[in-house]
Amino acid sequence: MIKIIPILALLFVSATYTTNAQCKAFAKKVVLPELGLYTHDGNYHAAVLVEGEEAELYKTFYSDMDYRVSIAGEDKIPSIEFRVLDNNGNVLYSNKDDNYAKTWDFEMESSQQLKLIVKVNSSNQPGDMPASGCVAIMFGFKIRR
Amino acid sequence: MDKTFRIISRLLVLIVLFSALLASCKSGGKKTQEEKDEITVTQDNAAIFEDIKKAEKIFQSLPSPLESAMLIKSAGAQFEESLLNPVDNTKNYITNKSMALNLGIYTCDLSFASLYDQTQLIINYMNAAKNMADGLGILDAIEQETIDRLEENINNREVIMEIVSETFMNSNSYLEENSQPAIAAIVLAGGWMEGLYISTQLVDIDDFDGNKLVGRIIDQKLSIDILLNLLESSKGNPAVDELMSQISRVKVIFDKITLQTSPIRPEYDQETNVTVLRSEVKTDMTPPVFRELAAIVAEIRGTFVK
Repeated sequence: MIKIIPILALLFVSATYTTNAQCKAFAKKVVLPELGLYTHDGNYHAAVLVEGEEAELYKTFYSDMDYRVSIAGEDKIPSIEFRVLDNNGNVLYSNKDDNYAKTWDFEMESSQQLKLIVKVNSSNQPGDMPASGCVAIMFGFKIRR
Repeated sequence: MDKTFRIISRLLVLIVLFSALLASCKSGGKKTQEEKDEITVTQDNAAIFEDIKKAEKIFQSLPSPLESAMLIKSAGAQFEESLLNPVDNTKNYITNKSMALNLGIYTCDLSFASLYDQTQLIINYMNAAKNMADGLGILDAIEQETIDRLEENINNREVIMEIVSETFMNSNSYLEENSQPAIAAIVLAGGWMEGLYISTQLVDIDDFDGNKLVGRIIDQKLSIDILLNLLESSKGNPAVDELMSQISRVKVIFDKITLQTSPIRPEYDQETNVTVLRSEVKTDMTPPVFRELAAIVAEIRGTFVK
């Protein structure tokens, strides 16, 4: 039994690094292309989330710029719900009302800080172990002509 | 043989524990008490689901160097090479902190040069950023073939911006994924400060009222708390602590500026498929406060590039 421990240890370490590398590859191959003609800002926001888990993101968006946010999760996890809120907690957009769209295009009349809440929906089957997978959030921008 | 095996086993167990510790400290991620508790939960799946629902990860997203440069350009500012950090300074940066700050600074300068089609400067600043990334041990952030692709497309601004964005993402994703959130935060802080430095230096004080660039500088009041929160997650790291005290001095000046925004009214345009977030903003930065801000930003940026 004791001889299995180092093997498990090695597997755990390699799995951690493999998961991280997969997350980056997923962000680049799947989420980034969704930005289309918008210029990716270069920032990287990705994490492994479990069914039912939420992540929050705070960012300032500027007037005279057009933005696209692209949010997606790996196929092995359920759909991703995201909401965009103002400083007072008012929901400005929810992709739940938009057939769980993976992108949202918007522009700001004046610069504001917004909050994004990203949630992995739960399939909620009793007895199932919750699935986990990479979720990436990326922003693209254009100067308004 | 057994003794050697036991030593190796213990070492590997230590590696696992250390890896788990690093993973739990990853950036972007202040974890709630509920999430910490999740580790010890052994009850049924329903309870696990319940704990997971309460857990959260938090990302603080600063304007990237490319976005900062774009904001300066969109305000109608002119290019001024003398404001950039000379590439000859790369040899002065030998600590992780100075290399991280200047990776952000050089990436901002590179972005600025790219947006104004400064072809030779683009190559020089990409090499300077590569030096910093290499010094930090960031593998594959900027490879020689990236430099070659840049040279081949030197007159294609869109491709250049794509390359700048890609190299920056390679750097910050490497740092995030290799459990170096403090370095990642310092890189972003360097880029943000450089954008603020260039903006403040480009403002013509005789043309202050209604100056679009001044508006962009005021907008950074919205991001300074994001920056401080980002650094806060690596508090205790001496380089980050020092940086936080410097950035806090900038915040003191930003706190003198009033910025009032009306509630946001989303309006969806079916034709373009774009939502316009309508709101009004009122600000009141005076020239003396601006001068104070410009002076403190120049002083702090001076310590970054020396």
